[in-house]
Amino acid sequence: MALLEIQDLHASVEGHEILKGLNLTLNAGEVHSIMGPNGSGKSTLAAVLARRETYEVTRGRVLFNGKDLLEMKPEDAACEGVFLAFQYPVEIPGIGNAYFVRSAMNAIRKFHGQDELDAMDFLPLYKERMKILEMDDKLVNRSVNEGFSGGEKKRNEILQMAMLEPKLAILDETDSGLDIDALRIVAKGVNAMRGPDRAFLVITHYQRLLDYITPDFVHVLVDGKIVRSGGPELALELEDTGYGPSEADVPQALPA
Amino acid sequence: MSSTVDTIRGLAEQDYKWGFITDIDEDRVPKGLNEDIVRLISARKGEPEFMLEWRLNALRHWFRMAKEEGAPTWANLTIAPIDYQNISYYSAPKKKPQLDSLDQVDPEILRTYEKLGIPLNEQKLFSGVAVDAVFDSVSVATTFKGKLAEMGVIFCSFSEAVQKHPDLIKKYLGSVVPHTDNFYAALNAAVFTDGSFVYVPKGVRCPMELSTYFRINAAETGQFERTLIVADEGAYVSYLEGCTAPIRDENQLHAAVVELIALDNAQIKYSTVQNWYPGDKEGRGGIYNFVTKRGKCLGVNSKISWTQVETGSAITWKYPSCILQGDNSVGEFYSVALTNNRQQADTGTKMIHIGKNTRSTIVSKGISAGYGQNTYRGQVKILKSATGARNYTQCDSLLIGDRCGAHTFPYIEVRNATARMEHEASTSKIGENQLFYLRQRGLTAENAVSMIVNGFCKTVFKELPMEFAVEAQKLLGVSLEGSVG
Repeated sequence: MALLEIQDLHASVEGHEILKGLNLTLNAGEVHSIMGPNGSGKSTLAAVLARRETYEVTRGRVLFNGKDLLEMKPEDAACEGVFLAFQYPVEIPGIGNAYFVRSAMNAIRKFHGQDELDAMDFLPLYKERMKILEMDDKLVNRSVNEGFSGGEKKRNEILQMAMLEPKLAILDETDSGLDIDALRIVAKGVNAMRGPDRAFLVITHYQRLLDYITPDFVHVLVDGKIVRSGGPELALELEDTGYGPSEADVPQALPA
Repeated sequence: MSSTVDTIRGLAEQDYKWGFITDIDEDRVPKGLNEDIVRLISARKGEPEFMLEWRLNALRHWFRMAKEEGAPTWANLTIAPIDYQNISYYSAPKKKPQLDSLDQVDPEILRTYEKLGIPLNEQKLFSGVAVDAVFDSVSVATTFKGKLAEMGVIFCSFSEAVQKHPDLIKKYLGSVVPHTDNFYAALNAAVFTDGSFVYVPKGVRCPMELSTYFRINAAETGQFERTLIVADEGAYVSYLEGCTAPIRDENQLHAAVVELIALDNAQIKYSTVQNWYPGDKEGRGGIYNFVTKRGKCLGVNSKISWTQVETGSAITWKYPSCILQGDNSVGEFYSVALTNNRQQADTGTKMIHIGKNTRSTIVSKGISAGYGQNTYRGQVKILKSATGARNYTQCDSLLIGDRCGAHTFPYIEVRNATARMEHEASTSKIGENQLFYLRQRGLTAENAVSMIVNGFCKTVFKELPMEFAVEAQKLLGVSLEGSVG
């Protein structure tokens, strides 16, 4: 059974149809990259999969681990193992970074009928993963994302992902606004988590990120549909030719 | 955005857990307000002549005010007219408890406090907290009195203090809040029935938190308590106040007065968690909470710190203030005020700088949800004599949903050019993006809102004593959500 199966997905925001019949299948262990021009629907896809309620699904079906994802609330999808690394992470004044992640972990553990982790069990693990992401210890008790630089915010997203250990990690333009060092660190964090039980959906505008995170599949999203799919070489080709010929010239791609 | 609003609306289903009624025999005076009633109250309490005179004086003043100007109308509140003649001004449990022994308190009342999570049995109390329990108009029990007496700390009901320490009462009663101060202060001075009295002698650091727990039980009564705390030279005391009331359809009046006096190098920390019944979702019933709280930093280097968490009451009208008279004295006000459903709050502080190098800090966090209206009103006044005075004010409002309101009225008056003033203010709204972020990490909508609100209030909560801070966080959760364990 595929981990994620998207069939004929149509979705609208404020009455405008953005996704117009998207098909995609991800298996556990695979890294898929979605590329495409601005406005093609990349972030909408991420939001729909994370069940953001301002995005309305008008048609289609999405199965996650065999369950109907579109029936889930955002917190249920999260507890089932869907993680979204945000393009613009949100600040939460007054709530400590570590406290926040532990609360999230415990919410997920509770959902699965597991015991809660106390601070003693949690903290060593948290600090160890912070090291991989080369994050300053000072960030442990700082308010979530408050006063963080752009790079720190993105690293913090990856840190949360590393702690929550999702089945499906969606990275929404995690590379935007990162310098080359930060990009390398973020990629290191992601690569450390690659494994047979986990799939990644890496949404990006540029090929650059894919130099560090090598995808198994690359898909090109144009105007709400996937118009081409291929291996990592497709990303390089796009770098040279852009998102290229219009949709009409390209045969409809099959799901990967 | 609409989904956020729906979520919040779902959360506004409030459940007031403290709304039960205790069935006991009451001794109450007939409804109405006149000299005879005041004489009756004074007689029931066996007060000395000076107290009766003081009360009658206040009552006459109140009648003048009622006739000439009526209740104050400057606050940003909509208050249904109050018929002061339709209230009973004294209600006490019939079995008169001996104040020295818990064994003689009506078991029904002990059970009430047990239910409220405030067991009066000393063995069961948190070690380190002494409690004075005020039930309707009288104090029913004060714990740990013996232990405190060893250090010379007086902690007793106001009635007892009038009997046993008349000199201290004469000296300090009305010295910070005179009966002429305002309409409700005059009313309180005339009819107040009990409250707590604290005196910490020179150089003594009070070894435990002192706490008063106020409970209104009787119907159609008002509660008018009076608290007086005196910290002598070099003394320190931390005082906690909590309150609840049963669910009743009518509005009940609570008009309290609190006076604090800090002499040279003394410190008073006063914390309140106010959880009077707020009324139902449509705004029926609930407590009218019209309270005058003021502290006087009389001595040099003295410090008075107010921390309040206001989640209850249909209407809150309250401005815990500091008069910074001694040189180098410090006043602080930390406040969280939450209005949900149809609640209204007009609350804030006054910092009056008189002495040299006096400093004040104001941190106010207002949260509005449902149709709640929340007003911050604060005055900072630097008198000519207050050379080198400083004030820092931070005033933040958080809106939840699209039907509530937040209002801010700062008044700043500076008459000495050496003063340094800082004022910061912000208004924010819990956004769909914030909620979505937290829910995407696995938190339910309820927990997400609760977390954001608690984060917003953090700078105030950290001023509360530990157990109280935990209590306050939970209370905030419940007040917002209806049913969080």
